[in-house]
Amino acid sequence: MTSFAHLLELEDVHTHLQLKQGVVQAVNGVSFSVDAGETLGIVGESGSGKSMTALSIMGLLPRRGAVVKGRIRFKGRELTALSEDEMEQIRGTDVAMIFQDPMTSLNPVYRTGWQVGEPLRIHRHMKMRASIAAATGLFKKVGIPEAEKRVREYPHMFSGGMRQRAMIGMGLSTRPSLLIADEPTTALDVTIQAQILDLLRTLNQEAGTATILITHNLGVVAGMCDRVIVMYAGRIVEQGRTEDVFAHPEHPYTWSLLRSIPRIDADEHLPLRAIEGSPPDMVRLPPGCKFQPRCPFAISRCATEEPELITVREQLARCWVTQDGTSLDQAAAGG
Amino acid sequence: MGAGSWTPAEPLLAVRGLKTWFPIRSGVVGRVAGHVHAVDGVDLTIRQGETLGLVGESGCGKSTLGRSILRLVEPTAGEVYFKGRDILRLGSSEMRRMRREMAIIFQDPFASLDPRQNVEDILGEALDIHHLAPAGKQRRERILELLGLVGLSSDYADRYPHEFSGGQRQRIGIARALAVDPSFIVCDEPISALDVSIQAQIINLLEELQDRLHLTYLFIAHDLSVVKHISDRIAVMYVGKVVEVSPARDLYRSPRHPYTGSLLSAIPIPDPRLEKRRERILLTGDVASPVNPPSGCRFRTRCFKAQPRCAAEEPPLDTVSLGDHQAACFFPLEA
Repeated sequence: MTSFAHLLELEDVHTHLQLKQGVVQAVNGVSFSVDAGETLGIVGESGSGKSMTALSIMGLLPRRGAVVKGRIRFKGRELTALSEDEMEQIRGTDVAMIFQDPMTSLNPVYRTGWQVGEPLRIHRHMKMRASIAAATGLFKKVGIPEAEKRVREYPHMFSGGMRQRAMIGMGLSTRPSLLIADEPTTALDVTIQAQILDLLRTLNQEAGTATILITHNLGVVAGMCDRVIVMYAGRIVEQGRTEDVFAHPEHPYTWSLLRSIPRIDADEHLPLRAIEGSPPDMVRLPPGCKFQPRCPFAISRCATEEPELITVREQLARCWVTQDGTSLDQAAAGG
Repeated sequence: MGAGSWTPAEPLLAVRGLKTWFPIRSGVVGRVAGHVHAVDGVDLTIRQGETLGLVGESGCGKSTLGRSILRLVEPTAGEVYFKGRDILRLGSSEMRRMRREMAIIFQDPFASLDPRQNVEDILGEALDIHHLAPAGKQRRERILELLGLVGLSSDYADRYPHEFSGGQRQRIGIARALAVDPSFIVCDEPISALDVSIQAQIINLLEELQDRLHLTYLFIAHDLSVVKHISDRIAVMYVGKVVEVSPARDLYRSPRHPYTGSLLSAIPIPDPRLEKRRERILLTGDVASPVNPPSGCRFRTRCFKAQPRCAAEEPPLDTVSLGDHQAACFFPLEA
């Protein structure tokens, strides 16, 4: 086992999707790392590339997708060089992924206990009875009541929140070092979301499982993540510690997003500061900075030259305006 | 209440004891085995020019309530007074005339537009059904006027839904609702299917239209932050009943019903320092079933304040009654 600097390391990853209309550069030059015990948030909207990044790591890209460039190292091992069998070994044991809609990741014709125990039978060579007993224990751990009864039930008999708990249980059964959660609570009611996030937080703290949390919800990131990556049009546009990024965002997209969402604790009723325009068409991206068509701070350079992701004060940001030393709050106030 | 005697001093809409139950059929002959008590005895009033927000989690009945008020779903019992007339007692031609006054905007901008109709057809259909603009120049002008109201270029009249983004389609849906020149619009989750950066645009548009056209809204959504921003008053629903009604600002500052309190505490706030300090009221278990609601107070099975009285008696909405703020609870939260 080679020694490694980071648990997970992505270096200049490019993932392309072959669509009828053309090639989509779904992930364009993404680099970041995750260390043991950390929780990293990846924030973005449709087309940002956040889910594609996760699927690239897991080797679960759709048929027309491929990592065309870059390195993805997990515990020092280059994942893109592995065979499907080798990837399956890692997926079943050391890296787990949970998705937004647990109903599509749970097989409706098998009992949940049988499914949740499957990684243990395949990768830990447990016998059936032992795997069901382990599944029962996992259900208790993730807070599913009447676990002994529930393991014998089919997924459709579970509520959305319970299914997600079952998925988390399955993901954690082999004690992975890394858990990737792609919009795990988006489809759930807010009170159930709070329970699931609380569960993820507890598991992260107790077992030290590193977590990558992919979401479009900035509130969730604020409560769960040590560091955050903001993605737009397949690129990272801002990266840093959550507290820093929220307190003084250095990219206009992050800045605008934070100011456009209504907050439950806001007192005054002012019109929301909406972001103009729409998320970009990934087949027909504009030249220069991809956020420029919608950017309230854009200067002429932004339309022709795309900025690099470099250090701007406490964060990394991909913006000509802030790289120049300007603070967005000041620029906005100054008019 | 006779037709023609209504004045804006009275509520535009008054709902009394509204129930909408859906039969559950089972067995070969489809005999009725029970009912889903989707809306189970609701009283509401909405004043002209007001926005009443309606929140609650899955299965609480909020969408069914919105549709019942418009008779898109036929209520089982109760009354719906619109400008003083009980519309549930109207015959089909009178109801059709009434439908000019009341419109709906749906959640899914993909599913609610006919893919085979272009924008002109979609907007024109509403005009034609109610004979609002003779074919030809007047009709075309009205359609362009509607597009202008929602911020869409007149070029778009000949295009088909698939050519538009989600946000644009939602604007078309809004234009369609406005086509009949209604005074009341039910907005049923109008932004949940849209990207976060687009949501603020649509919220601002709805608010601007309300001012310009003197509209009254029933705004149904599960996102309390959005509802609080746009609403004057908010009604919170739980398993078919309204459990709290309050001016929007007061609801966050001083919720009285324990369910409202836990709902509010579950909402993530995009502020990392605040999130770390927050105390959450975490509910146990899942939402109660609308098929067999618990006796007495429906929320008691998850309520941290539940007492024996809560199982024996059902608290009426005015158990707590302070001016415009009411809550159905015997042991409300402290102010």
